[in-house]
Amino acid sequence: MNIVYNIIETILPFPWVEYDFMKNALLAVLIITPLFGILGTMIVNNRMAFFSDALGHSALTGLALGTVFGIVDTNLSMLVFAIAFALLLNRIKRRKTVSTDTVISVFASLSMAVGLVILSRGGNFAKYSALLVGDILSITTREIILLFIIFLLTLIFWFLGFNKLHAISVNESLAKSKNINIRRLEDYFSVIIAIIVMFSVKWVGILIINALLILPAAASRNISSNVREYHLFSILISLFSGIIGLILSYYMSTAAGPTIVIIAATIFFLTLLLQSLGGKGIDHNG
Amino acid sequence: MKVTRNMSHKHIKTAKLNEAACGMHCLKMNNISVRDGSQVIIDNVNLHIHCGKITVIIGKNGAGKSTLIKAILGEVKHEGTIEFSDLKNQRMENLKIGYVPQYVNMEKNTPMSVYDLFAGYISNSPIFFRKNPKVYRYVKEQLEVFEAQELIDKRACDLSGGELQRVLLSIAISPIPNLLLLDEPVSGIDTNGMQLFYKNIGKLKSNYDLAMIIVSHDFDFVRQYADRVILLDKTIVKEGTPEEVLDGEEFKRLFG
Repeated sequence: MNIVYNIIETILPFPWVEYDFMKNALLAVLIITPLFGILGTMIVNNRMAFFSDALGHSALTGLALGTVFGIVDTNLSMLVFAIAFALLLNRIKRRKTVSTDTVISVFASLSMAVGLVILSRGGNFAKYSALLVGDILSITTREIILLFIIFLLTLIFWFLGFNKLHAISVNESLAKSKNINIRRLEDYFSVIIAIIVMFSVKWVGILIINALLILPAAASRNISSNVREYHLFSILISLFSGIIGLILSYYMSTAAGPTIVIIAATIFFLTLLLQSLGGKGIDHNG
Repeated sequence: MKVTRNMSHKHIKTAKLNEAACGMHCLKMNNISVRDGSQVIIDNVNLHIHCGKITVIIGKNGAGKSTLIKAILGEVKHEGTIEFSDLKNQRMENLKIGYVPQYVNMEKNTPMSVYDLFAGYISNSPIFFRKNPKVYRYVKEQLEVFEAQELIDKRACDLSGGELQRVLLSIAISPIPNLLLLDEPVSGIDTNGMQLFYKNIGKLKSNYDLAMIIVSHDFDFVRQYADRVILLDKTIVKEGTPEEVLDGEEFKRLFG
């Protein structure tokens, strides 16, 4: 780890780099933001924004259940609950009896209410409120290494499964005719989102984690014309917002997560502007 | 030529067949039923289809046409069996199905090129990473079959209905399936596009060894191209040549 620290200090000769917690935070941002940029492309394609939001909220329930059952590592109870929650939502969604939005909303509200009821027993909720906003400055080296492993696993899944996920999102029947196992891929994807959301929610915060997942991809969509550009711009926008947001938050003494979100949202509006300008240009030519 | 459900080997040998289609592959659907809870959507459908033939399914809205297609695809749970066999050696084979959907999920400004759309279905080379030159060449060749090769780098959401359909047809025949399913292929396509589409269907029929099932509302098309017509209203109400079905009592009762 010291080698990595030295590299960072050599490349970035700024005062904020002197603090180890800032170096750790920077490393975390360098791992989390590209990951979010990549996943976001498919979440936006599949209109799963509400789904990922609900997953973020389920972190509270996982944490609460962990404390009830006396599990020492609440990360574990959060993870198990989120995966179960994601798979359950998929099952219900496939029945197609109620609209997906409604189902997700009902389950997300219920799970969050259960979490809040348990955690607020005896007026202790303040202890857990950090989870709402997140604190990237408190991340430890061990957690960074864990995040990095998840990053690699997600990349492997993306290289092996992205085409199939894409095929499903364009037309399920067509994917079925090409012998793609729709259920299995959807479940894998949901589990991956669950894992990543659970492992980053502490640093990013329940309230804004979804914004970080959606905004870079949504911005990239405005200026891309194929899947490669969509990914590339999404990753770049996500990274850029993350790094600039982190540095700004240091100088302005604000929470890092929300600062990053504001930068990403600004970029989203800029791309929207670019798109409408570009669109007008095409109209004139055509 | 008339294909009956109980067609024997003798008939096939004497039948006039296209050069490309061997007529020896056959697809049998036995007692296909689909239920949604207590509601019956498809009731006891029996079909017998041979390669080189165009079977058109007609019927009113809600007659279960799309559901039957989805049952064949395996997307909707159904009772009954689907068997595919090669009559030359009496072997059961794996059925390869090609499918041309009515629509694809695409909003305005979806960042997806025709190459992305195509390669996503037929290749494992990750489309977000790089344009694989080998896959690119193959996609272009397959698009050429329907004169759509120039569209390869265009955004799929910018294509006209007819252009998109040619791309979807190319995807459906890569690789060449035994059975091609087309669900209302001419909805949202202008007259020129329709003419071109019918020409392409004719081309497929004469050049490839495959059977086609087409859901259609276009009765002129049915008269001109269909080898066999199925009038569906939850179950098969009438089947036969286009004349037999379109001039029959049952057709008048349902559409009159």
